[in-house]
Amino acid sequence: MQTVQPRSLPLRLPRVRPGGVLPILLILAVLLVLVGIRQPDFLAPPSLMSFLGRSAPIILLAAGQYFVIVSGEFDLSVGSLVTAQVVVAARLIDSDPARTWPVVLLLLAFGALVGLVNGLVTTRLRVPSFITTLGMFLILVGAVYLWSDGAPKGGLSEEFRRFGRRAFEDVPLLGRVPYALLVLVVLAVAAVLLMRSDFGRTLVAVGDNPRTAELSGVRVWRTRTIAFILSGLAAAVAAILLGGYSGVSFQAGAGLEFGAITAVVLGGVALGGGRGAVVGAMLGALTLELLFALMNFYGVSGALRSTVQGGIILLAVAVSATRSSSR
Amino acid sequence: MSDPRPVPLLTLRGIGKSFLGVRVLDGVDLDVAPGEVHAVVGENGAGKSTLMKIVSGGYTPDEGTVEFAGEPRTFRGPRDAQRAGVGIIHQEFNLLPERTVAENVYLGHEPVRRGLVDRRGMLDRTRQLLASIGETALPADARVGQLGVAQQQVVEIAKALALDARLLIMDEPTAALADHEVELLYGLVRRLQERGIGLLYVSHRLAEVFDLSGRITVLKDGRRVTTVDTADATADELVRHMVGRELSSYYPDRADADDPGPVRLSVRDAGNRKLRGVSLELRAGQVLGIGGLQGSGRSALARALFGVSPFSTGEVTLAGKPVRLRSPRAAMRAGIAYVTEDRKAEGIVPRQSVLDNALLASRAVFAARSGHAARTERVRELLAAVEVRAAGDDQEIRFLSGGNQQKVVLARWLALNPRILLFDEPTRGIDVGAKSAIHNLIRRLAQDGAAVLMISSDLPELLGMSDRIVVMRDGRIAGELPAGATEEDVMALAVGTVREAAA
Repeated sequence: MQTVQPRSLPLRLPRVRPGGVLPILLILAVLLVLVGIRQPDFLAPPSLMSFLGRSAPIILLAAGQYFVIVSGEFDLSVGSLVTAQVVVAARLIDSDPARTWPVVLLLLAFGALVGLVNGLVTTRLRVPSFITTLGMFLILVGAVYLWSDGAPKGGLSEEFRRFGRRAFEDVPLLGRVPYALLVLVVLAVAAVLLMRSDFGRTLVAVGDNPRTAELSGVRVWRTRTIAFILSGLAAAVAAILLGGYSGVSFQAGAGLEFGAITAVVLGGVALGGGRGAVVGAMLGALTLELLFALMNFYGVSGALRSTVQGGIILLAVAVSATRSSSR
Repeated sequence: MSDPRPVPLLTLRGIGKSFLGVRVLDGVDLDVAPGEVHAVVGENGAGKSTLMKIVSGGYTPDEGTVEFAGEPRTFRGPRDAQRAGVGIIHQEFNLLPERTVAENVYLGHEPVRRGLVDRRGMLDRTRQLLASIGETALPADARVGQLGVAQQQVVEIAKALALDARLLIMDEPTAALADHEVELLYGLVRRLQERGIGLLYVSHRLAEVFDLSGRITVLKDGRRVTTVDTADATADELVRHMVGRELSSYYPDRADADDPGPVRLSVRDAGNRKLRGVSLELRAGQVLGIGGLQGSGRSALARALFGVSPFSTGEVTLAGKPVRLRSPRAAMRAGIAYVTEDRKAEGIVPRQSVLDNALLASRAVFAARSGHAARTERVRELLAAVEVRAAGDDQEIRFLSGGNQQKVVLARWLALNPRILLFDEPTRGIDVGAKSAIHNLIRRLAQDGAAVLMISSDLPELLGMSDRIVVMRDGRIAGELPAGATEEDVMALAVGTVREAAA
């Protein structure tokens, strides 16, 4: 038992509690210093802005993954969902600008639908989410190949691509602000507000102890299904930004699910749910991207990316596991 | 069967055991002769299970000696005890459902021929073993998962015999059996006796104890109260030994018995998988205590009323109107709150703040009804009113003491203004100070017009708090007692008044 102090301490010291964002901020700061030493130009507004814009998709995916993980589940399907979205968008738009907005809406609906199916299969049919979303991953990969006969067809319209690669030019102080960054900021604020709402607090409670939540009147299945839908929506937005930025390929989303999970874990979110902040998850993604940029500056082979990711996952989970068992 | 007893098979002298400074066994003596059935009885928490674990090698005693077959022994683990000849049949069986009877019986010590498992030999030996205890009807090659509970129990016993057990411990062996299966178990126990096997028979059910045992040892609060020859014992006397303690603590005043409040909830002849023919009434202003042994259906009753495992038959009316409580949400909407027995597993979300824990139910069910700020303010007031002691609203609840956690859980429910409150062991694992605070809260809620149902294994609490007491046994209501009933009255109903059956 902790020392019991009088109630209500208005004084707020920065708290290093498990699941807080302080550790990830420190790591990010260290990386920024290292980048600053090696490549000072990188921290100048123009390149920093475009770095942030480039990182927007993985940060959004990390936020989506966060909702699922904090509720006690996993979503392995987001990478292949991104690929599917990009390929589908190219084929449906077929370079016709008039189809841009209908297809954007369709992609969002598609993402939500995939999330809904993941959620319902996991919660109602009681298939472990690890398996559900792995199955969804494979289904999407196969379906995309089948639907496009082995090679991406059609093409994205310029109107579609601008989300991922255009920017507001000549912004005072910052210079160039990518649209993707703007989308990111808006959605990040929305995610933070969501986590402060009744739904957000309930979502974390479900991940912490679903039995208690159920016996307190929470519809656990519904809450978790919404988390999967949010992850699917995040994948849709990420796909729109990524398609614009790097174009159409079967590799568009490859490996993104692991990137997102690594970012979430790095951000101090407990695997198994119940602890961690969505800001932490997004900062985790940013940190991961910065780390890759740093590796690039130091001439480390890009082939090591997945090794580094794997190492981070193991390390982060080990650290959080020993911390929670030794408290 | 009080023949002169030969050399004891098992002799326990002065056994003591503590967990985290809590003394659960203190100076217990006990012996079992070959061919004797020695019953051990006592309330929940009297120390029966701990004692059995010491005999079967699960725990080592802090004090005292264990002699088995005339030699002092310290079992270093269950396998050690098994090798020495002590078998234990747990309430929960330890069988592999996908394997055959023979494979289960010889699991871990399969007969081997030329380096391979001798399947035929194993089957033959299993058949012989089963035949020797009169169980010829049980096929040795049947898959265990297809057998009924009673037959699985036979497999467990055969498993112990295959290891040459000379002492068998049976922990509540009839708990999972149907009535006609109990008869079969009796026969089996007698045949084991004839083989000279000593039996330690732990049971809540006095009828069985009288039917089967030669001697009975009564445990209470970790001590041996007495050991009696079954032939000389009476059920009343045993019950008195099992309870019998002075009512010392203070409890708040009861409701006025002459002026009962209106009926808030009534249950008529309701049942489900665990309950049968349950009828009772909860009245505004009253605390209805629910007594009974573990597994008698007390929690099942609360869970049925709260819609967790709803009634499948019968009728529930709320303030005169029939209702169907199909889920916790439905129950909550009907004004029912449920404080669970297992606080850690079902009561708290451990890593969330005190405030988030207290808001959990309001957020889940009545989210749209009131403004955020007003609701949070009200919950803060409730937390202060129930006197939660914490470093702050944002402290994680797992760092609080059990009593403070329970107060937070209570605040969670009070935020919904429930008119019916179900408490399952409200003060289990809670220190004395917080205990009486919770007692006072429960009584105050009743005074404010709530109808309270309170399940308790703590007899002084049950007697001290309740305006009426309903005692359950085997999923049914065994009887109802008015305020002022004694511990003996409750225990007699809980274990069944059985003198006729034994006579």
